[in-house]
Amino acid sequence: MLAKKDNRTQETKNSVQVEFLSGVKAELPLMIGVVPFGMIYGILALSAGLPASAAQAMSVIIFAGSSQFVSAQLFSLSVPAVINIFTVGVINLRHTLYSASIAPYLQKLPNRWKWSLGYLLTDEAYAVSIIHYQEKDDGRNKHWFFLGAGLTLWTTWQLSTAVGVFLGASVPASWSLDFTLALTFIALTVPYLKDRASLGAALSGGVIAVIAFNLPLKLGLLVAAIIGILVGLSLERKS
Amino acid sequence: MSIWLPIFLSGLLTYSMRLSFIVFYGRINMPDLMQRALRFVPPAVFTAIFLPELVLSEGTLDLTLGNGRLLAGMVAILVAWRTKNVILTIVIGMLTLWILQALIS
Repeated sequence: MLAKKDNRTQETKNSVQVEFLSGVKAELPLMIGVVPFGMIYGILALSAGLPASAAQAMSVIIFAGSSQFVSAQLFSLSVPAVINIFTVGVINLRHTLYSASIAPYLQKLPNRWKWSLGYLLTDEAYAVSIIHYQEKDDGRNKHWFFLGAGLTLWTTWQLSTAVGVFLGASVPASWSLDFTLALTFIALTVPYLKDRASLGAALSGGVIAVIAFNLPLKLGLLVAAIIGILVGLSLERKS
Repeated sequence: MSIWLPIFLSGLLTYSMRLSFIVFYGRINMPDLMQRALRFVPPAVFTAIFLPELVLSEGTLDLTLGNGRLLAGMVAILVAWRTKNVILTIVIGMLTLWILQALIS
């Protein structure tokens, strides 16, 4: 009886470790894109006139790459703080969608898990975790996968920011390393367009984002997301 | 002070949006339609992030062969579709872009 219980605890422990490490492993390839992005942000924040401490603190406190780029630029233009904060909020609104999408899987977790995983809910951690959650298997410890992926991204983002901010290592624009970001999202999207409805959601979202690209505050992304989701829904209904 | 307060408030705003549904799910009823809609968040949002990077150069549509990012992106889409391999997609996409840029210049 006791031995059996020990076995079960051991199994859970193994599964926790396996999940955590698979999360790390799933996230690591994305770091090819995150590292140059973090370094470019660090350089840009300094050239926008932010002190190194604030540039690094933004990576910890806001922890959302593209909004940090824009916010740093707005600081250099001395726009009113309210507009800066509002802009960050609009750019990061997509995280509300990620939150809604992943919430059902986190429902049974204790609050300390919810509050920690919420902090780690970035584009890249969400992408690999939602794929993992949607796989049809026993999912008791999948939050450890999310944690592994989230911490991998967090650590890499802080370190690559620091390299840009404190070492001043610059990346020549002619290397086009910013393109790794687009490539990362291609790798995270294309293999999962398995049915007509998700393909329709992707195509319409993409096309609207192109058309609406010049809307202020990156609002085009949000309009595109909403239209893409609606197109997906309507295609799913028809079939 | 003039920068620290906005940074903290921006962070707080971002964190509360990330937490929003995670904390309130279960306490409020999410309509069935919304549940099904959420399946389309990844394809719609992610494509909306990457497609403009391929077809726009400096804000204007460029669907010509001179647009290296478009061709490299199409190669990457093909690699992602056939291999499902993240590293391969990024590496081949990047190499293609560099080769094209070297040819064009």
